Amino acid sequence: MISLSGVVAQFTELVLAVLLAPLLTGWVNQCRAWLQNKSAPPLLQPYRMLAKLFQKEVVLAHNASPLFRAAPYLIFGCLCTAAAIVPTLGTDLPLNAAADAIALVGLLALARLFTALAGMDVGTAFGSLGARREMLVGFLAEPALLMVLFTASLISNSTSLATIAETLAHKEFVIHPSLAFAGIAFTMVSLAENARIPVDNPATHLELTMIHEAMVLEYSGRHLAMIEWAVSLKLFVYSCIGLVLFLPFGIAGGGDWLGLVLALPALLAKLAAGGALLALIEMLSAKMRIFRAPEFLGTAFLLAVLAVLVHVLLER
Amino acid sequence: MLQHYGPQLINLLASLMLLLAFAMLAQRRIMSLINLFAAQGFTLFLSTALVAWLTDQSHLYGSALLTLVLKVIALPWILHRLIRRLNVKWDVETLINIPSTMLIGIVLVILAFNLALPIALLAGTLTKGTLGIALACVLLSFLMMITRSKAVPQVIGFLSMENGLFFAATAAAYGMPMVIEFGIALDVLVGMVILGIFFFRIRERFDSLDTRHLEKLKEH
Repeated sequence: MISLSGVVAQFTELVLAVLLAPLLTGWVNQCRAWLQNKSAPPLLQPYRMLAKLFQKEVVLAHNASPLFRAAPYLIFGCLCTAAAIVPTLGTDLPLNAAADAIALVGLLALARLFTALAGMDVGTAFGSLGARREMLVGFLAEPALLMVLFTASLISNSTSLATIAETLAHKEFVIHPSLAFAGIAFTMVSLAENARIPVDNPATHLELTMIHEAMVLEYSGRHLAMIEWAVSLKLFVYSCIGLVLFLPFGIAGGGDWLGLVLALPALLAKLAAGGALLALIEMLSAKMRIFRAPEFLGTAFLLAVLAVLVHVLLER
Repeated sequence: MLQHYGPQLINLLASLMLLLAFAMLAQRRIMSLINLFAAQGFTLFLSTALVAWLTDQSHLYGSALLTLVLKVIALPWILHRLIRRLNVKWDVETLINIPSTMLIGIVLVILAFNLALPIALLAGTLTKGTLGIALACVLLSFLMMITRSKAVPQVIGFLSMENGLFFAATAAAYGMPMVIEFGIALDVLVGMVILGIFFFRIRERFDSLDTRHLEKLKEH
C-alpha cells in the first residue's frame, strides 16, 4: 500500500539527492583545500561549473556513435534511480519494493558499464586505457560492496535497504561488531568507486595516473555537465548507503511526518561530517600505484568476508 | 547500562583484536607493525579489564595491568629501541605475497571459528563466543611467523601469538591462575631480551636479519 507520506518522502528524497549532490562535492573540495592550507573554492563552485558547461557547445568526434551521445543521460538516469532507492529521509518508500540492495549494486554497475563503453567508443588511447582500469577497479570493488550489503542483510534478514535502515535505526540498539569490519570495507570500496585518492585522483589530468578522467576526456558541453553531475550524484549515493548501513539514526519511520521534517537537518549534518572525513582520509593517504589497487580492494573484500564470518560467530 | 552492553562491548573488542591481527598480517613497515602490536595489546587490556569488571574477578585486574605494562609500554619500547639500534626500518620481507597471505588467513579464520563453535557451546562463560576469535588470532600470528623471512617481524608474530593466547584464556576460563600468568609474562620478557641479542648475533654473522641464512647447516 502506498501512503501519502511515503510518496512525499520519496519525491523529496530524489529531488534533494539531485540538487544537493554538487553541494556535497563542493563541500568535500572546500574541506580538502582548507586541510591543504589553500584558499578554498566557494561552496557553490560545482553548480557554476555545471551552469557553464550547460551553456557551452558540444564538440563531438567524427566517429562518435549514438552510444557516445546517449551515455551521459543513461549514466545520470542509472544514478538517479539508485538515489531513489536509498532511504535518506524516511524508510517508507514506494519505489523500495522495486529494487533491493543487489539491484542497487547492479544499477551502479550499469552506470560504470556505460561510462567504460563511452570511453572506448571514440577509440582514443586514453579512453580505452581509462575504461580498462575502471573495469579492473570495478570488478574487484563490486564483490566487496555486495558482501558489505550482505552483512547488513544478515543482521536485518532482508536485502531491502529500507528494511535494513528500519531494523538498525528503530529496533533496540545492539552493538554489531560485524558492522565495524563492514564499515572499513565499505570505506575502502567507496574510495575506489568514487575515484578518490588512494586509488584515483579526481583532480588529476596527469596522463599516466588517471582512471576516471581518462574515460571522459572526449566529452564536452552539456554531455560533460551530465557526467560531472552524475559523478557528484554517485558520491552522494555512496555516502547515503554508508549512512544507512552504519549511521541510520534520525531516519523517519512510516507515516511519521515530524520525523520526516527532522530527518533533513540530521541528514545534512551527517553528510557534512562524512564529507569532512572523506577530505581528511584523502589528505592523509598518498595515491597508490595502479597495480596496488587489486591488493587494496582485495583487502576490502577480505574484511567484508570477515564481517560475515564474525556475524555468524558472535551475533547469531 | 554498561552491564547490559558489556558482553556486546567484549564482542566488539574481540573483533577489533581480529582486525588488528589482519592489519599486522598485511603490514609492510616494521614501525607500523610495532604500533599495531601495541594497539592489539591495548585492546587486550581493555577487554580483560571489562571482563574483570563484569564478572567481579579481581585477579583479572592484575592480568589486565600486566598486559598494559608489558605489552603496551615495555615490549613496544624495547622493540622501537632495537629497531633504531639495528637500523632496519623498512625490513618486512614476505615469503608469500600479501594478498595470498590474507587469503590463507581467511581460511584459518574459518577453521578456527569451526573448531571453536562446539567448544564454546560447552563453556558457560560470558565470553564464550570470543573463543573462536582468540583461536583465529593465535593462528594468524602463527601464519605471520611462518611467512616472514626477517627476524624482527617473526618475533612480533611470536609476541602477538601470546596476545591471542591470553585472550583465549580469558575467553574460555576467565584467565589463568596468577602464578602462571606471571610465569608467561616473565617468559615473554626474557625471551624478548634473548631474541634481541640474537638479532645482533644474526646480523653480525650474515650481514642481514634474514632467517633463511640460518637454514644452511655448514659453510661452503
